[in-house]
Amino acid sequence: MKLTTKLMAATALVAAPAVQAAELEVTHWWTSGGEAAAVAELAEAWEAAGNTWIDGAIAGSGGTARPIIISRIIGGDPMAATQLNHGRQAEELIEAGLLTDLTEVAEANNWAEIINPPSLLEACTFEGRVYCAPLNIHSAQWLWLSRDAYETAGVDVPNDWNEFVAAAPALEEAGIVPLAMGQQGWQQNIAFGDITVAIAGVDNMLAVLRDKDADVAAGPEYTAVFEAVATARELARDSNVQDWNLATNMVITGQAGGQLMGDWAQGEFQVAGQVAGEDYECLPGLGLNQVLDTGGDAFYFPVIDDEETRAAQLEMAEMLVSPEVQVAFNLAKGSLPVRGDVDLSAANDCMQKGLAILASGDGILPSGDMALSQDSTIQVEDLMAEFWSSDMSAADAQERYVDIISSAD
Amino acid sequence: MSDHVSDPSAPAKRPVQLFRNLSAKIASIPMILTALVVFVGGTAWTVVHSFTSSRMLPKLEFVGFDQYERLWSTRRWMISIENLAIYGVCSLILTLLIGFTLAALLDRKIRFENTFRTIFLYPFALSFVVTGLAWQWILNPDFGLQSVVRDWGWESFAFDPLNNSEIVIFGILIAGIWQGSGLIMCIMLAGLRGIDEDIWKAARVDGIGTVKTYVRVIIPMMRPVFITALVLIASGIIKLYDLVVAQTNGGPGISSEVPAKYVIEYMFRAQNLGQGFAASTMMLVSVIVILIPWAYLEFGGRKRG
Repeated sequence: MKLTTKLMAATALVAAPAVQAAELEVTHWWTSGGEAAAVAELAEAWEAAGNTWIDGAIAGSGGTARPIIISRIIGGDPMAATQLNHGRQAEELIEAGLLTDLTEVAEANNWAEIINPPSLLEACTFEGRVYCAPLNIHSAQWLWLSRDAYETAGVDVPNDWNEFVAAAPALEEAGIVPLAMGQQGWQQNIAFGDITVAIAGVDNMLAVLRDKDADVAAGPEYTAVFEAVATARELARDSNVQDWNLATNMVITGQAGGQLMGDWAQGEFQVAGQVAGEDYECLPGLGLNQVLDTGGDAFYFPVIDDEETRAAQLEMAEMLVSPEVQVAFNLAKGSLPVRGDVDLSAANDCMQKGLAILASGDGILPSGDMALSQDSTIQVEDLMAEFWSSDMSAADAQERYVDIISSAD
Repeated sequence: MSDHVSDPSAPAKRPVQLFRNLSAKIASIPMILTALVVFVGGTAWTVVHSFTSSRMLPKLEFVGFDQYERLWSTRRWMISIENLAIYGVCSLILTLLIGFTLAALLDRKIRFENTFRTIFLYPFALSFVVTGLAWQWILNPDFGLQSVVRDWGWESFAFDPLNNSEIVIFGILIAGIWQGSGLIMCIMLAGLRGIDEDIWKAARVDGIGTVKTYVRVIIPMMRPVFITALVLIASGIIKLYDLVVAQTNGGPGISSEVPAKYVIEYMFRAQNLGQGFAASTMMLVSVIVILIPWAYLEFGGRKRG
């Protein structure tokens, strides 16, 4: 495979020595309907410049794809470009010198000024050098609500988490599950993160996630968080689906009142033909705390010992952040652009809410990916998986969370 | 065995030991290298790195027993070990019991033996992933076994192991036994067929009952067959992974986690090689702890006898 590619490249070089056409293999895990459409936008823009895009889509979620991508890079068979979530996932690859330094592109295109929020570029920066091109923003702090469910139960659609909890008994009486929840650790961890932001606030969350302050994690604010999560657990008792999109489907069909999930859930509502503000409602920061994290996707370029490939990699990095690509890609994917100076008037109500929060600038926090290592994240996910599926008390869960935070690095 | 067969044409000269059976020795070099480099070398490398703080990439920063301390204070690991112990003991006993019983029944010269043998062996032809998914559906309370029995009129019937964290491991056990007992049956059947007809005749002449003949005479004679079966079952138990992934993916919560899954998750998903290696070293240690006394009894005993 690798040899064939090389031979083909060699043949192409011999056949057309004058054309500066670059052929880059790009790996990613965007395989669902909306995601594939978004990738097609990238490939189109890349090929419009006279280059060739070799698509290396890996089916399955990031959890499946990431080990494959990383072992290819470590194993000496690197692709030319790859999607990864920005944050600490790539730290060690950078330390080992396996990723291409993009600083010159970043400086030439003034990324430091245009990329909003700046934390995205910080997540790509390691010891002062830039190693990835941020592509989009996904945030996890959303409560999605079904208008249908609340009309059936005869109560108003809640405006924040507290109203949501207060309205739950009415929903239960009408035979509706108040909170849809997929029984998987990462989803339960998202719900935990959402409730943390809403109840403990940004400062406390940052103290725990970024500064690893175990005292704050053991403090009264976090006690309130764990009690709220315990309440959420009761509200989700009758939800026994596994996958997140099945849980979203419960909200779409009105079997459930709401779901705590990232903005990618919006793709499901769109596919089902639902309209934001009419069929479903969204509450960023659970309506209590208007904040969004700024996780998302970025492209990394593994080091390939070939000057021409390196030039093409830099060219692609430049293209990914360009205004045209940002608009086309993010409208297709339903995510938010990484620069504030592009026009996204075609976006729907919920995306507009997100854009407004980003534009205001104070409701932005780094995602857990950026602050906690993958190792600690898995430990928290395990704790949440156990907590949600058992009768563990909020105090016990908090105690174990404090242990994880105090040993985190 | 044939060490002292002397060559009559060269009676005075003793052949150089190293070059005896030269072609056979050359032929086995690749396997010896594989065994040394891949198995022994790889194992040693893993054990050494389990004492380091390796994260995504292996590196030699030694941290002593830190990884092991963390491992044994992790609740998920303790649950994994407990699950494996329950699964192991039950699977070992039940698979042997069911396998032998089926084989003994088939050995009674019944009609359609071939058909039954194929049916019993068939599950073994499926991969664990298929078995896991099939049993996930069968045990699903909404459209599996429970709903079928309720439709028959037993309204209060409740059998929902996969959603109950107390008994979920038994749901996996059922699937594991369904898959594994067919093979054990075939091995036992082969063993039974190897027993001389005269033994049966002698037992009959002495007036010993059929069951008693099996227990007192036949089973002791089948010792090598039982050991083969035991090794096969035990290796299946320790590497239990794909069945769990397909059937419950460790859920509900983390109540059906197993050690092999812990290793994979920490090596690749948590990007913490040191922790994964520590867990896999513990798996190796547990195998050795069981294997050494057994090997001593099995081989050490025979030499004396």
